[in-house]
Amino acid sequence: MLVMQSVTKTYAHRDKTIKALDNVSLEIDRGDFVSIVGPSGSGKSTFLLMFGGMLSPASGTVLIDGQSLYDLSPERRAAVRREKIGFVFQTFNLVPYLTALENVQIPLFLAHLSDAEQKQRATALLERIGLADRLDHKPSELSVGQQQRVALARMLANDPPIILADEPTGNLDPETSQAILDFLQEVNKEGRTIVMVTHDMRAAGTAQRTLRLVDGAIVNGHKATSQETDFPKGDAV
Amino acid sequence: MKLRTFVWREIFERKNQLATSFVAILLGISVIVAIKNITFYSEKAVARELDALGANILILPKSASLQDYYTADMQSEEFPEEYVTRLASSDLQGLDNLSPKLSVPVETNGKKLTLTGILPKNEFQAKAAWQGAGVFARPQGCGTVDAPGLAPTAPTKETLVRKRVIDTLAGDEVLLGADVAASLGTKEGDTLQLLGKPFKVSAVLPPTGTVDDSRAFAHLHTVQELAKKGPVLNAIEIVGCCNQISKGLVQKINTLLPEAKVVTITQIVDTQIRTNQMMARLSSLFLAIIVLVGGASIANYMYANVFERRKEIGTLMALGASSSIVLRMFMLKALLLGLGGGIAGYAVGTVIAVTLGPRIAGVPVLPMSSLVLWALGVATGISLVASYFPARRAARLDPSTALQEI
Repeated sequence: MLVMQSVTKTYAHRDKTIKALDNVSLEIDRGDFVSIVGPSGSGKSTFLLMFGGMLSPASGTVLIDGQSLYDLSPERRAAVRREKIGFVFQTFNLVPYLTALENVQIPLFLAHLSDAEQKQRATALLERIGLADRLDHKPSELSVGQQQRVALARMLANDPPIILADEPTGNLDPETSQAILDFLQEVNKEGRTIVMVTHDMRAAGTAQRTLRLVDGAIVNGHKATSQETDFPKGDAV
Repeated sequence: MKLRTFVWREIFERKNQLATSFVAILLGISVIVAIKNITFYSEKAVARELDALGANILILPKSASLQDYYTADMQSEEFPEEYVTRLASSDLQGLDNLSPKLSVPVETNGKKLTLTGILPKNEFQAKAAWQGAGVFARPQGCGTVDAPGLAPTAPTKETLVRKRVIDTLAGDEVLLGADVAASLGTKEGDTLQLLGKPFKVSAVLPPTGTVDDSRAFAHLHTVQELAKKGPVLNAIEIVGCCNQISKGLVQKINTLLPEAKVVTITQIVDTQIRTNQMMARLSSLFLAIIVLVGGASIANYMYANVFERRKEIGTLMALGASSSIVLRMFMLKALLLGLGGGIAGYAVGTVIAVTLGPRIAGVPVLPMSSLVLWALGVATGISLVASYFPARRAARLDPSTALQEI
């Protein structure tokens, strides 16, 4: 279970204090699929970074499975990310000089698995997402959609129970976007918790629940409806 | 996949950026290797020439007046042979060859000549105490005759002229200087009557242009006995190691033998010392340059590399990489850079030394494998030290930078 208790995060910017998160409290149950929507600068990225153990709050507590994340040492937080969290990024963040197979091997290498085991598991994941014939291709040799699929395979490499997705369909065409969302729903059905930041209301609609962030505060939390897919102009990034 | 996979792939991905640092360290190491290599053989060549000149330290009776280095042992005064024992059993370094001498004037077949008693090397070696003192062990970096690549050219019978010692000499054997042999009409195998004792001429020495040409050399103890002088000497000639002379060998002998006078060919020794010091300073100067330029170049490259890869580092951290993994990633890269630069620098420096050494220093230069370790040590040391702070910065990078584009 992911929990935020009265979390506040502020940034100093040119003598001004900006509240990225303002006294946020919420719970995300195991197996939940939550999308976070909101205009640019509303605190979406801060929200995701905090659950990822990469940005400490000014006040409040962030819990993963009952464990206060920021009471742990940085090394232990890295271990939590390694063992429990799978990340997927808007720009994929693949390592450009590694092949697709090696990119998927990264979390397995960080978990100290043997070379043979790394290759076996990474190959199986790439086969699952339909890239069995692209194992030795570098990111620059793959299409945008294929790159995101490699990123999804990497996300699942360590079989994480929690997935934090940052605009996973942001750079994709509608057809590929739908395939990615279908895949996220598929892994959600496997029992994984998914927290997805997006400004695409169609993407948000695939989640079980949508949280809307405005000026660092959650203004509602409910199941997205088709009406909400028409995001007001100016709110989108 | 292993850590080195990351490092190798990244190096080859951005090899052009790395090239400048690699070339900087390669050039620096190669220049120092070349200087050290040429200097080593140059020093050996100079020392070899010094060796060919003969003894460079002379021990005389305290009151002796030194007028000519090569005739100074024709003194009326003497000192005990026990001085040799004192020198041999001391812990002084740099005494390459000891040659105790007793010279007496003799006349044979109407010709006047000097009979010089010398002690053959095998008699030194027979004395365990002296062996332990390592009199005949050539200290490292000293000595000259056996320098690698510089084979002795003098035949065995010239050993006395060059080294001031001879390996064996029987009690009834005599060695004749070139002039003496010519004036007496004597050749090897002839018999010569000296101080009433018949001696077999075992060798005629080649001309040296010194007073040695007009001398006959016999066993020291035979000469002492025939001259009825007892265990005394006129002089002890020493081939001293120049490096040790520069470190105060003469003063140490003076302390050991306060009753004797110790003189040296200071001019020759000083020249050698100055040459050695100049090359050492030059080498140090280049070392300082490579540490500064090479180190700055590597540090600059590494900082730029960390900055360029901050998104990648952030991603790795988001995927669970610890700070130590990131630190090790950059330090391994620095290690590979240092090893590559060191090996390539050694290879290029050796080629430069072997190719240009004979033209620059006028001596044959051969590769020195011992410089490989030196080159690797310096190159990796500089690379690791210069890369440590950039690597630490990478390890301390805020992983949230990976998601800054949201």
